[in-house]
Amino acid sequence: MTIEKLELFEVFIRSKRGLDHKHVGSLHAEDHEQALEYARDVYTRRSEGVSIWVIRSEDICASQEDDSESFFDPSDDKPYRHATYYPLPKEIDNM
Amino acid sequence: MANSDLTEAELEAAFQEKIDSEQKIEPKDWMPEGYRKNLIRQMSQHAHSEVIGMQPEGNWITRAPSLRRKAVLLAKVQDEAGHGLYLYSATETLGISRAEMIEALQTGAAKYASIFNYPTQTWGDMGAIGWLVDGAAICNQVSLQRTSYGPYARGMIRICKEESFHQRQGYQIMIELALGTPEQKQMAQDSLNRFYWPSLMMFGPHDSDSAHSAKSMKWKIKRETNDDLRQKFIDQTAPQIKFLGLEHPDKDLKWNAERGHHDSGEINWDEFYSVINGNGHCNRQRIQHHVKAHEEGAWVRAAMLAYKEKKKKQYQVD
Ligand SMILES: [Fe+2]
Ligand SMILES: [Fe+2]
Ligand SMILES: [Fe+2]
Repeated sequence: MTIEKLELFEVFIRSKRGLDHKHVGSLHAEDHEQALEYARDVYTRRSEGVSIWVIRSEDICASQEDDSESFFDPSDDKPYRHATYYPLPKEIDNM
Repeated sequence: MANSDLTEAELEAAFQEKIDSEQKIEPKDWMPEGYRKNLIRQMSQHAHSEVIGMQPEGNWITRAPSLRRKAVLLAKVQDEAGHGLYLYSATETLGISRAEMIEALQTGAAKYASIFNYPTQTWGDMGAIGWLVDGAAICNQVSLQRTSYGPYARGMIRICKEESFHQRQGYQIMIELALGTPEQKQMAQDSLNRFYWPSLMMFGPHDSDSAHSAKSMKWKIKRETNDDLRQKFIDQTAPQIKFLGLEHPDKDLKWNAERGHHDSGEINWDEFYSVINGNGHCNRQRIQHHVKAHEEGAWVRAAMLAYKEKKKKQYQVD
């Protein structure tokens, strides 16, 4: 099998227990198992992680940057969703 | 060494060692059955509370006194739906399905916070709930950001970020009422009187009477006891009531300089157990409403399934 035929996988690493997996990059592999091994070899040479996720790139469904206006804009005119929108009287120091 | 080579006792020792050294437990780790069960109980109960909690406030959305107030209340209730989703999903990582959890809620096998069985009678209740009920929930949830189960802890961090607006919008309603006309002030006082004690009950029974506490503390599912969290809430709330110029519902409340905390009166535990066991004002109504909404939504789920099947067929043809 030529390298061009290999599938692209995305790699996510949990650097420490309790933290989210973070995207670190991608690689070519034949299947999940191989992708995990490659990811270990490539992305965790300096003990960067305690857990790895790999997922076929084509299985990722992403929002489009061009759509971002209609996708995210509506939240801009809702300042009342933030705590800072409600001033606290100075007599009340924490809430 | 693979997990299968270890005895149950060895596995449990390694598990407890992780907990003792403040490491999080993640979904694919080995965990004792009791830990898993205890978490499923607590997390699903928490998820149910977020979802059922939409009803008492949803009751006032169409009657909010201004468009701005309506938008704020809608945004808050929408957040609670999101919190339910975060928590159900996190609970599913423990190997229970959403359908099983919903079934347990609807048959009464699973509980939700008793506070939501109290009716919301006036606009003032929207103030009292945001301020006191969300306030008590925040005390609890801030503490749970350090819980030992990773997905639960991360969910709590996300939720806490969203919660502080809930409490502040509630307190702002209280300020406006308390500084308003005598009738408005009376409305604020009445809501405070009705929601203060049930908010204290949200922290659960006294530590000495709490069935799940000891194990939960050892496993660090809970990080602070019911009574400690309740004390924090009582101390925080006292100056807030004072600022509103309202009468404190607890006549025995007194600052104790020696303890550095307020002493307080005893909770009516008969009321607590009676509401938990199904005899609050709204227990039946809350579940009936949930079942109704669930059944009325069945066609949406059926349509989604049919659409999925159709796409699958198309895919096979192409
Ligand atoms: Fe919430
Ligand atoms: Fe909550
Ligand atoms: Fe909330």
